[in-house]
Amino acid sequence: MSLQSNSLGKDWRRIVSRMSGLALLGLLATNVYAQDTGELVGTVAEVAPDPIDHATTVWMLISTGLVLLMIPGLAMFYGGLVRTKNVLGTMMHSFAAMAVIGVIWAVCGYAMTFGSTQFVVNDIGGLIGWDSRMFMLMGVDKAIMPDTNIPELVFAMFQGKFAIITPALIAGAFAERVRFRGYCVFIALWSLLIYNPLAHWIWGGGFLTGKAIDFAGGTVIHISAGVAGLVAAIYLGPRRGYPKSAMHPNNLVMTLMGAGLLWVGWFGFNAGSSVSSGLQTAQALTVTQISAATGALVWMIIEGFHLKKGTSLGFVSGMLAGLVAITPAAGDVHPAGAVALGTLGAIICYMAVILKSKIGYDDTLDVFGIHGVAGIVGALALTFFLRDVPEHGIATQFWYQLEGVIVSAVYSAVVTLILLVIVEKTVGLKLSDQGEMAGMDHDQHGEHGYGLLNLN
Amino acid sequence: MKLIIAIIQPEKLDEVRQALVDRDISRVTVSRVTGHGQQQDIDLYRGQEITPDLLPKTRIEVAVNDAFVEPAIDAIIQAARDSDSGKIGDGKIFVVPLEQCIRIRTGERGGEAI
Repeated sequence: MSLQSNSLGKDWRRIVSRMSGLALLGLLATNVYAQDTGELVGTVAEVAPDPIDHATTVWMLISTGLVLLMIPGLAMFYGGLVRTKNVLGTMMHSFAAMAVIGVIWAVCGYAMTFGSTQFVVNDIGGLIGWDSRMFMLMGVDKAIMPDTNIPELVFAMFQGKFAIITPALIAGAFAERVRFRGYCVFIALWSLLIYNPLAHWIWGGGFLTGKAIDFAGGTVIHISAGVAGLVAAIYLGPRRGYPKSAMHPNNLVMTLMGAGLLWVGWFGFNAGSSVSSGLQTAQALTVTQISAATGALVWMIIEGFHLKKGTSLGFVSGMLAGLVAITPAAGDVHPAGAVALGTLGAIICYMAVILKSKIGYDDTLDVFGIHGVAGIVGALALTFFLRDVPEHGIATQFWYQLEGVIVSAVYSAVVTLILLVIVEKTVGLKLSDQGEMAGMDHDQHGEHGYGLLNLN
Repeated sequence: MKLIIAIIQPEKLDEVRQALVDRDISRVTVSRVTGHGQQQDIDLYRGQEITPDLLPKTRIEVAVNDAFVEPAIDAIIQAARDSDSGKIGDGKIFVVPLEQCIRIRTGERGGEAI
């Protein structure tokens, strides 16, 4: 995942000149090409080796689709958990991220994350990436990545899906009580000012690259989104009537289907993050499966002792805890480590969710309790289950992991708070009392989700 | 004893329930119904405003002792009316006499059981 930008020396002016060349006669175009590469015209008899690794490209294309599938999955997961009057508004939070971040990522998100590192301090890596050739993905158009031999566009789109799902995760923390317009502005700013820098620090060549192990985004995605969710839930305050009145999920069937899509999509999320199609891909996929199963099983067992019943919502919560906990570790631990991480994730998340109701803040769909907590558990605990112990030793690695967790948690918390204040004071984020009573579907979208179904 | 049946806009349900609870009327039955009134539907389907024949409404049933009839009516009117001026489609309240009321658990009858 820690891929540096390649430098094929094609700045966009050169691309434009080549494209205008193509607009001319084919012969002329060949000439332009020949001049660019410095080869003599007429020496093309030798067959050049195919620069593209097709096996990896195919798997990365599939993975890109799988990770995109997680976003409707998340929409169903969250949508089923809220009350009937908020089902569309909640699902739209996930879908809106596909549109808002989908555009931002192409315009500048990829450049900010995977461009060459800028503002370098003491040679430890910079604060943000930038490459003018990546602006609007212009110069990426024909690039083949030098170390993985896949078209760079595939990598850019694969990474774009991660950028989309991260702000969408936060929406669960303040579900049922935000204005749609304010939400869209918030996730756009959050993506630009929190996700892109964080992903650059850990994956793109910034100052944490090569230190903290974060295979598929435990720190960048789950901890940052979980902490942002916690801050947002506390800042916006609880929903009307919380925790006194019961707020039942409107459709757990949809939640289970969404959870199924998330589990399937997670294979692309974790195994795709190897950016290869080989041994490490298989290792990542295997531990993902094992950890998810372990998390769900352990949560069932705890509930069996604690409540005498295994609930379906408990099953998917444990499954998610296991998936999140294995995410930072996916390529780097043994299956035994996956069992350990899944177990730890489920146990600690179970306690975190109980603790939430004791403390009383309204993290509606437990974004911090599951994603934040399991992300932290996975990022720290993976140190003790590594396949190859790093040269600098386990203690130093644990310190690197802790550094990654603290940096992303603190940075996300502080900047999220600033963004919340700005959006609340300008566009307005918190829904009015009347809007909250009427429900987001009616108040924000002028629609309703169901026909004559359950009323709550 | 009276049975108050109110047909209201679905999005006003929470406000009406709150208003009733504020006047110590906490036992209600709520159902989703469709009905036909003067109102035109305001839903948007892909940018087109359409007017179906039957519109979704919410029906609230409250059984009350005589002393609570007027407070209940006031509460529903106040909460279910759109803003202050009211709008076509805000709904109706029916009050019908209630012959008997029996609590199944204890067999109590009359005003005690409500």
